[in-house]
Amino acid sequence: MFLASLIACAITGILILVRIILGKTTFDRILAVNSLGTVIVIGISLHGFYSNRPEFLDIAIVYALINFIGTVAVLKLFSTGSLGGDK
Amino acid sequence: MELILDIFTGICFFIGSLCIIIGACGLIKLPDVFSRIHAAGMIDTGGTAFFILGMIFQTGWSLITVKLILIGVFIFFTSPVTSHVTANLARQKNILPLGKKIGKIL
Amino acid sequence: MKSLILFFILLTLWLLMSGHYSILIISLGIFSCAFCVYVAKRGKLIDDEGLPIFFIPRLLNYIIWLFKEILKSNLSTAKVIINGKVEPETFTVKASQVTDVAKVTYANSITLTPGTVTTKMQKDVFEVHALNSDFGNDVRTNEMDNKVTWLEGKK
Repeated sequence: MFLASLIACAITGILILVRIILGKTTFDRILAVNSLGTVIVIGISLHGFYSNRPEFLDIAIVYALINFIGTVAVLKLFSTGSLGGDK
Repeated sequence: MELILDIFTGICFFIGSLCIIIGACGLIKLPDVFSRIHAAGMIDTGGTAFFILGMIFQTGWSLITVKLILIGVFIFFTSPVTSHVTANLARQKNILPLGKKIGKIL
Repeated sequence: MKSLILFFILLTLWLLMSGHYSILIISLGIFSCAFCVYVAKRGKLIDDEGLPIFFIPRLLNYIIWLFKEILKSNLSTAKVIINGKVEPETFTVKASQVTDVAKVTYANSITLTPGTVTTKMQKDVFEVHALNSDFGNDVRTNEMDNKVTWLEGKK
């Protein structure tokens, strides 16, 4: 059951990678990277249950937070050309 | 009892897998950025909600359940923010959405 | 008063996340929570916007309704993606909330249901992009707007 879900996550990751390669604009690629991060969070927690070590959930929480902050930081860098502070 | 919980988990995982695969197909298939955001939103809401519900059926009541719920809350709070920021920046860079516009647009 | 509430929320989070209950760890937790509250108070972050406690009494009802909406619109979005018939449309709606927190809640709720995305906002007018005219009609009936105004409870 967990193995089947992990395989579904892997298929989804490959499909999203296709969009990252094809994507016309930068926004397509950033959106796809964010979705890939969400799928990886699900995959980390599923792998923790699959190998009977639920401590993996801590890593999943940290990955979710860093995924959000990374996406917003890349978008800010793309729009203004700096991450704040003096240039 | 365990069998019933296993069946519930299986159903939840099946629906969740369907959600994320359909969302990824939509990410490839739909025509422009603003339409693709809807597909990404489907991965973020439907997929995570059903997967986390299935894992909660598997654990019962413990500290692990709280951590699972926390992951769900984080993703549900951050997903609309990233979607909105992406759409807003795309509008600022003067990319107009496809389709008809009703009334005056900001 | 509000800093006390924030302190207890942070302490609950620490106790739930750590899972070790020795005296040393708990005292370290109390110390770091107090330090966080001090930094937040110094930065003037503790007000109605940083800690919206006036949402709490009606929050559960709203969350259950929101989950029902999300389920329904997930189904419709899946149908649209499989059929491949997209007729996107863009329009503006007016928000009737008073405080900024409630407006952000409304915009986030629109974005959270797949099929509708808030693309721009100016004061109390939102520009919404919908995948289909059905999704657009769902927003234009103002049902979600009324729900968030009821959740805010200021009118």
